[in-house]
Amino acid sequence: MCLGLPGQIIAIQDKQSMLGKVSFSGVSREVDLSCVATENLNDLVGKWVLVHVGFAMSVIDEEEAKATLEALEGLAEAQEEFAAIKESAGE
Amino acid sequence: MRYMDEFRDPTIAKALLKQISSLCDEIAKTRDEPIYIMEICGGHTHSIFRFGLDKLVPKNLEFIHGPGCPVCVLPMSRVDDCVEIAENKNVIFTTFGDAMRVPGTKKSLLQAKAEGCDIRIVYSPLDALKIARENPDKDVVFFGLGFETTMPATALTIIRAKNESIKNFSMFCNHVLVPPPLRALLMDEKMQLDGFVGPGHVSMIIGKKPYQFIAAEFHKPVVIAGFEPLDLLSSVVMVLQQIIDGRHEIENQYGRVVPEDGNKAALDAITSVYEPRPRFDWRGLGEIEYSGVKIRDEFVEFDAEVKFKVGYGAGKGAGREPDDLLCGEVIKGFLKPVHCPKFGVECKPETPLGALMVSSEGACAAYYQYGGRREQEVV
Amino acid sequence: METPKFNKTNAKIVTLAHGGGGKAMRDLIQDVFIRDFFTEDTGEMEDQARLEIPSELSGSRLAFTSDGFVVDPLFFNGGDIGKLAVYGTVNDLAVGGAIPKWLSASFIIEEGLEVETLRKIATSMRDAAIKAGVKIVTGDTKVVARGAADKVFITTSGVGLIPNGVNLAASTVQEGDVAIVNGFLGHHGAAILQARGDLMLEGEIKSDCAPLGELMAVAMGAGVVHCARDLTRGGLASALNEIADACGHVIELEEEKMPLKPEIRGFCEILGFDPLYLANEGSLVLFVPAVDAENVLKAMREHEFGKDACIIGRVKTGNRPQVEMKTTFGGTRIVDMLVGEQLPRIC
Repeated sequence: MCLGLPGQIIAIQDKQSMLGKVSFSGVSREVDLSCVATENLNDLVGKWVLVHVGFAMSVIDEEEAKATLEALEGLAEAQEEFAAIKESAGE
Repeated sequence: MRYMDEFRDPTIAKALLKQISSLCDEIAKTRDEPIYIMEICGGHTHSIFRFGLDKLVPKNLEFIHGPGCPVCVLPMSRVDDCVEIAENKNVIFTTFGDAMRVPGTKKSLLQAKAEGCDIRIVYSPLDALKIARENPDKDVVFFGLGFETTMPATALTIIRAKNESIKNFSMFCNHVLVPPPLRALLMDEKMQLDGFVGPGHVSMIIGKKPYQFIAAEFHKPVVIAGFEPLDLLSSVVMVLQQIIDGRHEIENQYGRVVPEDGNKAALDAITSVYEPRPRFDWRGLGEIEYSGVKIRDEFVEFDAEVKFKVGYGAGKGAGREPDDLLCGEVIKGFLKPVHCPKFGVECKPETPLGALMVSSEGACAAYYQYGGRREQEVV
Repeated sequence: METPKFNKTNAKIVTLAHGGGGKAMRDLIQDVFIRDFFTEDTGEMEDQARLEIPSELSGSRLAFTSDGFVVDPLFFNGGDIGKLAVYGTVNDLAVGGAIPKWLSASFIIEEGLEVETLRKIATSMRDAAIKAGVKIVTGDTKVVARGAADKVFITTSGVGLIPNGVNLAASTVQEGDVAIVNGFLGHHGAAILQARGDLMLEGEIKSDCAPLGELMAVAMGAGVVHCARDLTRGGLASALNEIADACGHVIELEEEKMPLKPEIRGFCEILGFDPLYLANEGSLVLFVPAVDAENVLKAMREHEFGKDACIIGRVKTGNRPQVEMKTTFGGTRIVDMLVGEQLPRIC
């Protein structure tokens, strides 16, 4: 279950009821921010959140995402190098 | 960063597939039987088929498609209850689109709609509440289903309704929890499993802790995974590595979204609105203790089960499922969809007998839609 | 022939009287429809249109098609029911290799519809007909009681001329043919859902609503075309499945070549849709022998409705006719026909 989609908070619509607008590649929708709310709701503008059924459920951690990707890229490069070594050794 | 395309890079996917293949080879040195990894979440099942990952992993690695599709595990009697509520003249019945085609014993919601019931598809429970505000003379009922991921959304909607004193809104609660059926599956002695790919979005709510028993009591590795292809593949690498190392830990591949302890605000919303049900019926798995939740007495005015006297609210327990369906065996991973005698014959997406053929997350529908038919011919 | 004088109507809304066959009906039809649709081909106001086949096309076969339009809402970003009713039928003629010529237009109107709305629709149909090079030569109007229809339903039928020697058919698609689409996919279906508003999605997605007659002529002039289909209800996936069944081959698509704009991807990801099943109203797929592909593409790209034309896959032999998708990772999956309507999902 659980289609969740990363989107970017582009505006706070209603501070009182914790509603904001989130954009998903240009299509936007009203989203409930209560589960990711910070003291000052405006601080959330520009942040990326994971949205499920109209509720932001997690603020996406950019550093973590970068770290994950870097590790993956590192793996791909290491494999390429390994393949290259094997190839040259075989010659 | 858009957090999607970056995690679909084909070059990195190839590198991961290579790694999976060499890890599987290594495991094959010590055993003959295949490696069984269960992806718990239906979203993962869908991703596996959508990106064709099942055909790219080595032959000795098999994915078992777990019970993580709330539509698939919904008993027919609960669909009947929905229809009963929707057939009230004054009701606007709102639901996620997923539930529309699920067969009840008599009809699906789609059929009930064609017969004249006012049934509307919504994207969010908030939209159902909006319909209630706009139609004060109607009783608006929302079909609340889903795992822990969806529970905070429905709970917060009920809290909103209470704060706004909205009297014409209620919810038919069918929320279920992920850990209890996993325990039930692991207790089954027939179950052959080497590890789990854990549900990323459920985990962003509940965190890592609720899976500890899988490692502690059953000694199986769990890796909480994201839904993009690179997430899935690197989680498989992590599970295989644990198997090789003889470790059984709860690891988190999806750190960008899943905090170790989950989301406190969301968990608070869940506990303030819901309490565990002593038992809840799962299609194919039977009744499992404390596997579902109900709306607390403080919010009873929003409980459609009480308001319309259906289901457990009418003192009725689980209805009986047809005896000749093997959906339960498929959910437990004992039977591959293509090996079910009804698969693709009587049971097709256009005429589903079981819920696994209805939801696009259902193992059977995914097999059928994305290429399982061909395998069937080969088998 | 001189343009005749048309009667006027002062009515603000359409009532059952406008369907009664009397003066009210005559005035409405003359003021709203005939004023816009009148051309020299309208000729005398008889009970039927009388059509001359131009001498340079004598010996052509006739192509004849009909389509009903019940879109809700009537007006949406990029179009309206009138434009749709013209282009929909024009495109069904065009993808058969026919030169679209004449249309009929029948209106079933729910009483209470504002005459102004009807005027807007009629004017839009007139503009669309001019753009598509067709004439609306006959029609009908019926008014039904409130609730018996939803605002207005339009049925258009069309006649086109298939020049000698032109014979496009799905059964003639061959192994080695390439599949070309004329542009980005999914915009009409997404624009309609967005305009309906019940999913509360906001964005700038615009229907691709466009007439494809000229583009077809351009493509056929540049190379051999075996078959063409417009990608309306059921989208690309459904059209390709029909073609695969008719020719008996496998159509293999490449995921990374699918022409999808970010906003369509976003829209589909939110709702759990597959864009390949979304309706289009100005998109087509062509099957062309590989040797002709470059010429056809080049010619199409010079036309306003073919700027983004691209190859999306090819035809190969297989055990059974089906549509396959090569995913970006080298995996494959089957792209099947849709079961019923796509419903938004959360899982």
